[in-house]
Amino acid sequence: MLVKRSQDLKYSEITPHDIYLNRRKFLYGMGLAGGLGMVGKNLVDLVNPSIRAYASTKLQTVPSSFSTTETVTPAQVATTYNNYYEFGTDKQDPAKNAQKFVTSPWSVSVEGEVAKPRKFTMDEILKLSPLEERIYRHRCVEAWSIVVPWIGYSFSALAKLVEPTSNAKYVAFESYFDKKQMPLWSEAGIQLPYVEGLRLDEAMHPLALLCVGMYGETLPNQDGAPVRMVVPWKYGFKSIKSLVKIRFVKDQPPTTWNITNAHEYGFYSNVNPTVDHPRWSQAREVRLPGYFKNTKTQMFNGYGDQVASLYSGMDLKKNY
Amino acid sequence: MNSILTSKWTKVVVFLASLIPAGLLIRDVFIPGALGGNPTQFLEHATGDWTLRFLAITLSISPLRKILHQPQLIRFRRMLGLFAFFYAVCHFCLYVGLDQVLDFHGIWADVMKRRYITVGFTGFVLMIPLAITSTAGWIRRLGGKRWSMLHRAIYISAVAGVIHFYWLVKSDVHLPLEYAAVISVLLAWRLYDWYSKPARRPVPNKSAARKESASAAAE
Repeated sequence: MLVKRSQDLKYSEITPHDIYLNRRKFLYGMGLAGGLGMVGKNLVDLVNPSIRAYASTKLQTVPSSFSTTETVTPAQVATTYNNYYEFGTDKQDPAKNAQKFVTSPWSVSVEGEVAKPRKFTMDEILKLSPLEERIYRHRCVEAWSIVVPWIGYSFSALAKLVEPTSNAKYVAFESYFDKKQMPLWSEAGIQLPYVEGLRLDEAMHPLALLCVGMYGETLPNQDGAPVRMVVPWKYGFKSIKSLVKIRFVKDQPPTTWNITNAHEYGFYSNVNPTVDHPRWSQAREVRLPGYFKNTKTQMFNGYGDQVASLYSGMDLKKNY
Repeated sequence: MNSILTSKWTKVVVFLASLIPAGLLIRDVFIPGALGGNPTQFLEHATGDWTLRFLAITLSISPLRKILHQPQLIRFRRMLGLFAFFYAVCHFCLYVGLDQVLDFHGIWADVMKRRYITVGFTGFVLMIPLAITSTAGWIRRLGGKRWSMLHRAIYISAVAGVIHFYWLVKSDVHLPLEYAAVISVLLAWRLYDWYSKPARRPVPNKSAARKESASAAAE
């Protein structure tokens, strides 16, 4: 068990996130351009509060063979059309209300049925494994989909460091929750903090991504900054945002939308065009920002070749 | 006030004002990003909202006439009701054309299987005979009493519209409940008005009735 002392604190943890990110952006700009004009522009960025609010920093990535070649959805869509109920239930709410969300310092606690429980700082998470760009299809349970160039690495890379014991059968994830920073929480209509879960073999599947960025940069707040999960063969709500706690557990953990409405949202929630949501068909989806819901939804969101074996022998109509 | 209400120009102004939401939505279709990430859903929600708003406005005409003593307000009721129908038609066409991409088999399956579609579709279908019989000719043909009876179907459409919205949302029911509150007040006023009518009979009638019952008691 690593006990954190004040000397261990890194600069990034004590500097407000926005300024920290701008410092990085500033240095990046200087290194890239080297010219006085570019430095000047970034100095303006550094003091301009409106730019600071949208601060993000570029991430160096390597490409991934898991990436789709489909057309990537414009960043404008993926960063302004969000389900993040802690910041409001309208799709455009999170982009407006999450801007002041403080995501530094940040750490993720990993505990439960593991040999080496510990906390990971964001600095550690960013350096734990080479960052890959993975272009995944993202299918929401509401029958819309986007194609996003996520940045991160397989969740298993982090999991292996804490050495799950033979008792670990599931992984329980928990989001950050703070009533002060999320004043609209009471209108969300869901129990908070947001919790999600995966079976251990699902979580350890290489497609399951521990995600720290998108579109070449760190995650915007409304998309789950600073670190989230992306599980591309499941409906979007399984990909929990703003992770603070990961527990390896023996029994199937409770999950937020299942608690809210077990009849509509199961534990597995694999993308499945043959199992309708009680209130709408899942056979087709609208690829945003398009108008027509005419894209055929694929089994496991098109990742069947990789993940179907996880569910062999299971009745997916029952285990929806 | 009365001269404003009776002016033919007021009707033109109300007509054009009622078209503004539709005009803004059509404009936004041509401005990239104006309809957000999911334009079809935005248009569906906006036209659904305006249907409920115009239903509420239409239902508020009768209470306002009595409360404000402005019977002339009746001039706008048909037009406002037809605008509720207009936005409902837009809403329905968006669902049929963009959401279901003209898959009529899928639409029928939706109507039969999904209660929020069932109730919304019912509310919409009930508005069709009202729109058709909204002309003076139909009032004459049906007779005032029967026509009024038929047009009370708007109460069902309004309630169905609110339930349709309530059943649609995933968890945050604040907005549907706000519509529910407005429609409830408007319908409750009608109940109140209906029940309190005998008490508002002209005084001579009342005293006559009292005399009658007094003499009946004496006998």
